[in-house]
Amino acid sequence: MSTTFEAVAEIISDTSDIPLEEITPEKNAFTDLGIDSLDFLDIAFAIDKQFGIKIPLEKWTEELNENKASVDEYFILSKLCDRIDELIAAKDA
Amino acid sequence: MLLEYFQMIDAVEALDLENGTILARAEVPLESPVFEGHFPGSPLVPGVLLIETMAQASGFMLLSRMKFEKMPFLANVNSAKLRTFVEPGQVLMVEAELEHDGSGFAATRARILRDGKKLCDSKLMFRIMPFPNSTLKDNMLERYSQITQNSAG
Repeated sequence: MSTTFEAVAEIISDTSDIPLEEITPEKNAFTDLGIDSLDFLDIAFAIDKQFGIKIPLEKWTEELNENKASVDEYFILSKLCDRIDELIAAKDA
Repeated sequence: MLLEYFQMIDAVEALDLENGTILARAEVPLESPVFEGHFPGSPLVPGVLLIETMAQASGFMLLSRMKFEKMPFLANVNSAKLRTFVEPGQVLMVEAELEHDGSGFAATRARILRDGKKLCDSKLMFRIMPFPNSTLKDNMLERYSQITQNSAG
């Protein structure tokens, strides 16, 4: 069974045409990998479907716009995967 | 259909908000300024307008599910297939279903049929955003009212 990171890296590689080896846990999806918000919709869609969750993009965007959170907090891939794991755990609870 | 005003849907025939499905009717006009250019002597509904038609059917379903609190904007067209020509005077049925209700986005699958035969289909994704102004919201509400009143049922 693949880890959350491996699954997310594959999704990013498939949807954004980024070589898998360039996708590492410390990278920021936007600032390091150059993913834009439209690409991220595809990624969120694929993650939602694969894990049976709903990434709260609206809430995150609101927090970023109000400077209540930094982009790194949600979009460094290791942190994104932590959030996904939390959502999976909450769903299964 | 009033092609030049991007009014693609004429009537909503069925709408299931819980399951996120819509069936709409779109009647291609016999005449339109669009046909003067597309194409001279061989009028055809442009493929982009067929995609727009599928997007509008999806959009009205999404708007209705969201009680017109937010607006779906077409953001991504995937695997669009335009299988045959669509000519003036044809009556089209447009089906769309919600594939995923995400946070700030939604994905649908849509298709257009004529006499039960699929003419085109696509996967569509929408950004769900606040209405930029009340003019657009009022216009959407008015259009929705018109096309639901036009329903055959």
